[in-house]
Amino acid sequence: MDAFTTLTAIAAPLPLGNVDTDKIIPARFLKTIKRTGLGVHLFDTLRYRADGSENPDFVLNQDPYRRAQILIAFENFGCGSSREHAPWALLDFGIRAVIAPDFADIFYNNCFKNGILPVRLPRAVCEQLMADARMGNNARVTIDLARQVVLRPNGEEIGFEIDPFRKHMLLEGLDEIGQTLQHAARIDGFERERQAAQPWLPSLHA
Amino acid sequence: MGAGMQRTLFDKLWDSHVVERLPDGTCVLYIDRHLVHEVTSPQAFEGLRLAGRPVRRPEATIAVVDHNIPTSDRRRGISEPESRLQVETLEKNVAEFGVPYFPVLDPRQGIVHIVGPEQGISLPGMTIVCGDSHTSTHGALGALAFGIGTSEVEHVLATQTLLQRPAKNMLIEVSGRLPLGVTAKDMVLAIIGRIGTAGGTGHVIEYAGEAVRALDMAGRMTVCNMSIEAGARAGLIAPDETTFAYVKGRPYAPAGEAFERAVAYWRTLPADAGAHYDKRVHLDAAGIAPMVTWGTNPEAVVPITGAVPDPDAEADETARAQMRRMLDYMGLSAGQRMTEVPIDVVFIGSCTNGRIEDIRAAAAVARGRRVADGVRALVVAGSGLVKQQAEAEGLDRVLLEAGFEWREPGCSMCLGMNPDKLAPGQRCASTSNRNFEGRQGPGGRTHLVSPAMAAAAALSGRLADVREFV
Ligand code: SF4
Repeated sequence: MDAFTTLTAIAAPLPLGNVDTDKIIPARFLKTIKRTGLGVHLFDTLRYRADGSENPDFVLNQDPYRRAQILIAFENFGCGSSREHAPWALLDFGIRAVIAPDFADIFYNNCFKNGILPVRLPRAVCEQLMADARMGNNARVTIDLARQVVLRPNGEEIGFEIDPFRKHMLLEGLDEIGQTLQHAARIDGFERERQAAQPWLPSLHA
Repeated sequence: MGAGMQRTLFDKLWDSHVVERLPDGTCVLYIDRHLVHEVTSPQAFEGLRLAGRPVRRPEATIAVVDHNIPTSDRRRGISEPESRLQVETLEKNVAEFGVPYFPVLDPRQGIVHIVGPEQGISLPGMTIVCGDSHTSTHGALGALAFGIGTSEVEHVLATQTLLQRPAKNMLIEVSGRLPLGVTAKDMVLAIIGRIGTAGGTGHVIEYAGEAVRALDMAGRMTVCNMSIEAGARAGLIAPDETTFAYVKGRPYAPAGEAFERAVAYWRTLPADAGAHYDKRVHLDAAGIAPMVTWGTNPEAVVPITGAVPDPDAEADETARAQMRRMLDYMGLSAGQRMTEVPIDVVFIGSCTNGRIEDIRAAAAVARGRRVADGVRALVVAGSGLVKQQAEAEGLDRVLLEAGFEWREPGCSMCLGMNPDKLAPGQRCASTSNRNFEGRQGPGGRTHLVSPAMAAAAALSGRLADVREFV
């Protein structure tokens, strides 16, 4: 996973609430066994017309937002499925951060596993950023994870909250499994105690 | 959670699975059961392979195929190449890593959330995860069950744990009794209508109250299934005699003395008197009617006796714009009576409503009647065993004679990854759980309802009040 430190990039406005995972990537594109290549299907139903051509009204089909690496949206972003294809599609398109008033839990988690930073900011701030994001080539927003600030195009700094563990993992681009396996001895012990205390827990081996 | 404090069911489940509490409060949480399916696992197994890691506890893991598979005769295999590749990849992975697996022609095959409880693989007191958000279903047994992404699937395969922070506790109490014709599905739709699609975010919802206690296990699973639709990480119902009777005798459930010991432990799980909940919601069951969604998220729901709401009556501008967009997509107009909405397709199935009780409810309405002209109505059992049971009861005959299609088990038209899809503009009364744009096929329009309501819609050719059929 790529580390996330500081990002300065074009921010695209997506002024929608309840952007669900089917909207981010419809189920028919989940038939892949890879993590990559989903970017072309990102927001498929919004982005393409029925005949497969680009919908010129959709923000990511417009310059400079084709190069956007930050997305600004409204409430409950990423609701619905647990599919990690949603962050994979965002990442494959080039999105490294999403800013919204709040996120669905599983999607929020999944972002961190893929080097995407989800930033929670109050609705009023998201509305300001939404207006900033409409400034085309001037819609350049900076996110500094170490300092936990978003910099608006006018230079104003906005602080955000993030769990220290997740921040650390993201800043360093660390492999969570490797981290957890440092506790392998504790897991072994827990497993033995649990099996002794609850011997009814069945094995699924035939 | 200090000793001596009154704890909720969630607190007890959580505390009993904490392997290690890290300094910042993140916990290494032990996972008892890991359910795996073909869509969200290939990249996880690939990750293990690249890192040279084994599956830590294959015997705590079970794999099924459900999302992609066709629901017509399957002895001929899967014709769609990408779907076939996903299924073949799963088969290769389970063989390579020694993971137990129910293949597509095994009668125990089915939707992962139907199979787990049915086989006694999911038990009270467990932590259960799956790369699928509707893992919340298993919470009906009194287990902490939640959906995870593929990176976490890999994490559980490798370590049998997850790094998690505890959720907050939310209690939803439904008092009184559900009126005739009103089901668990209507209850949960009413709940989501009340608290909204983000009402449970950051929380685990425990459902309680007389109306919840009165539900059978199928109904409890329907309610817990849709917890995610309210934004909650998981849904829970405290285990009781109904739970124990359901679990007893299941293939993987403990038997004999082990069962008695297990029950004794499971009886300690319900919340202590006076336990603290961060949020509480109360509903009166008597006030719940058969429900139907009108929009493109599950909180856009009204009683079947109601009408499509008017966006102009909505004060908030974003909400108003969203409502307009929903009506536009759904091809509905403000003020239209729900019972006047014609439908093209009916889908009865999914992990929400694909159990034998659901098929019985649909068949009871359909018996001796006919599906309306021009309506295509599919019934898709949640597992091979549900299908067998329905056939043993003659429900397949009842449904076929009424003009329904009787298909092989799987996710089917719940998400349209297999050939069962809506065409653009088609309108469906569906017992599934998501009415998102394009969920059942690009341009498809979904109205979420109970199985009995879906059957009533099939017979009427429009959304209908099932109480006119009972
Ligand atoms: S039936 Fe639908 S909701 Fe349930 S697991 Fe399958 S696709 Fe997901």
